[in-house]
Amino acid sequence: MEFEQIKNSVSGAFPAVSLSWSEFRGQLRLGINASAVKQILSYLRTLGFDMLIDETAVDLLEYPDARDRFEVVYCLLSTETATRIIVKTWLNEPDLELPSVCDLWQSANWMEREIFDMFGIRFDGHPNLKRLLLPEQFTAFPMRRDYPVKGRGERHNFPVYTRAQS
Amino acid sequence: MPLELVDRDDPSGEQDAIWTLNFGPQHPATHTTLRLILTLDGEKVLDAEPDIGYLHSGFEKLGEVLDFNQYVTIVDRMNYISPLANEIAWHHSVEMLMGIELTPRCKYIRTILAELMRIHDHMLCIGTCILDLGGATAFMYAFNEREKIYDICEMATGQRFHTSFTRVGGLLSDVTDEWVQRVREFIKVFHKAHTDISRLVMKNRIFIERTQGIGMLTRADAISGGATGPVARASGVTRDLRRDEPYLSYDDFDFDVICSQSGDCFARFHVRMLEMTESAKIISQAIESIPAGPIYAEGMGKIASPDKSEVYRSIEGLIHHFEAFMPNRQASVPRESVYAATESPNGELGYYLVSDGDFRAYRARTRPPSLLHFALFPKMIRGCMLSDVVAVLGSLNVIAAELDR
Repeated sequence: MEFEQIKNSVSGAFPAVSLSWSEFRGQLRLGINASAVKQILSYLRTLGFDMLIDETAVDLLEYPDARDRFEVVYCLLSTETATRIIVKTWLNEPDLELPSVCDLWQSANWMEREIFDMFGIRFDGHPNLKRLLLPEQFTAFPMRRDYPVKGRGERHNFPVYTRAQS
Repeated sequence: MPLELVDRDDPSGEQDAIWTLNFGPQHPATHTTLRLILTLDGEKVLDAEPDIGYLHSGFEKLGEVLDFNQYVTIVDRMNYISPLANEIAWHHSVEMLMGIELTPRCKYIRTILAELMRIHDHMLCIGTCILDLGGATAFMYAFNEREKIYDICEMATGQRFHTSFTRVGGLLSDVTDEWVQRVREFIKVFHKAHTDISRLVMKNRIFIERTQGIGMLTRADAISGGATGPVARASGVTRDLRRDEPYLSYDDFDFDVICSQSGDCFARFHVRMLEMTESAKIISQAIESIPAGPIYAEGMGKIASPDKSEVYRSIEGLIHHFEAFMPNRQASVPRESVYAATESPNGELGYYLVSDGDFRAYRARTRPPSLLHFALFPKMIRGCMLSDVVAVLGSLNVIAAELDR
């Protein structure tokens, strides 16, 4: 699939949505509004992007000239044609919620849990949205830029279970 | 130990009870620290819930503090079974972000090292899994070969395990003719060892019966679940980044992509076993044709780390060193983001890098293959027996340090 073909196809299907296309080092990138994420990703899924290679978030708090707080990134791949596309969307507090794409790609399940765990972005419609890597008692979102590298001493506040209690 | 006994209305009266078993986090067959909550009906696994995070150590957060060259020491410790493959993947993405083209010699050396790591990783995966399934002999044979690769690493990098060998745009040091000879000798003896292990494992009646038809992963699930590498190729997904999106010097070599249709544990081991032969084929082609020339390309300026003999013996070398390593003097990077991936032994190992212009990442996201493979585990184990859990876990080669980062 050529980049022009993908661009024309998506632009043709969503004339009302503002799409910002860019290319860097031979990678096609598409920036969209958070409200249009689900419909555009579903459309890309039908175009042949059958693998969600990566889903992650970036906290843009300290990024120079950034207008938004969070960026959520979807890296899609078509296993037939080996074409890749990176879809980006932006979120701001307090409305940190996106529709889940678990129903489109199973691989989104744990990656969305990890984003929730690390950044505190919730995914609407996720079957099991709970912390993936950190303990349930943890309250902070450590991959946010305002969280210190050395932590806030949460480790000392974890409950200690003795053998008798278990 | 049954934790919870639930009576279930079963008309046939053959079912005993459904019980829950805690598997791990400390268990010899998990190899590293991961936990499964298994729901069992007698010995049959009804469901499994993976619980991960026991080895979470904030690697991605550290990636925002350390610079592109320093972070290689952390990347090493992600998949510590094949550290050099991680280093190559990390610097591949940094070089893509900065638009650096490597010299032919550097590409060839990295290719040889990456393929040695593939043999290294597959040897551990097969060796330890057959150990879990009761065969200690093949394990010893496999680890004997791994020792030789450790020696090769030590000779090139000065370290056996956590080598930290790659640098942005190059390598810590050039390799010597003795090293080339050492690799040649390894490939010579490797074929015999590979045949031995192959006979011990792939023709072993017990091994075949414990892995064939167990832990099925369909092609559709593999694609939807983001499986890559040997796990996907054993399920009929004919994808290999070395062939589909060639990086380093893979374009120059003749090799086959090993695939299977059956999607069971045996197929995953079989794919790994045959991939080692292909890796040896690549190494034997590459080692005879390493181009002469420098490790760093001309005109890299501050990006190239200077040779240590220059740093310690000349004032210019020392100035160059400070220019390359002092945070306020380092090279600038485009304010961009990039996703770049390589075919690591376990699958597609990618890094999503965001740069704010400094010589360190603003965000260094790792796309670990183990995470997506382990997420598929419950799907694969349902309906199998309790004793199959170790076989399926072993065939996925889940490395918890990479899983949890």
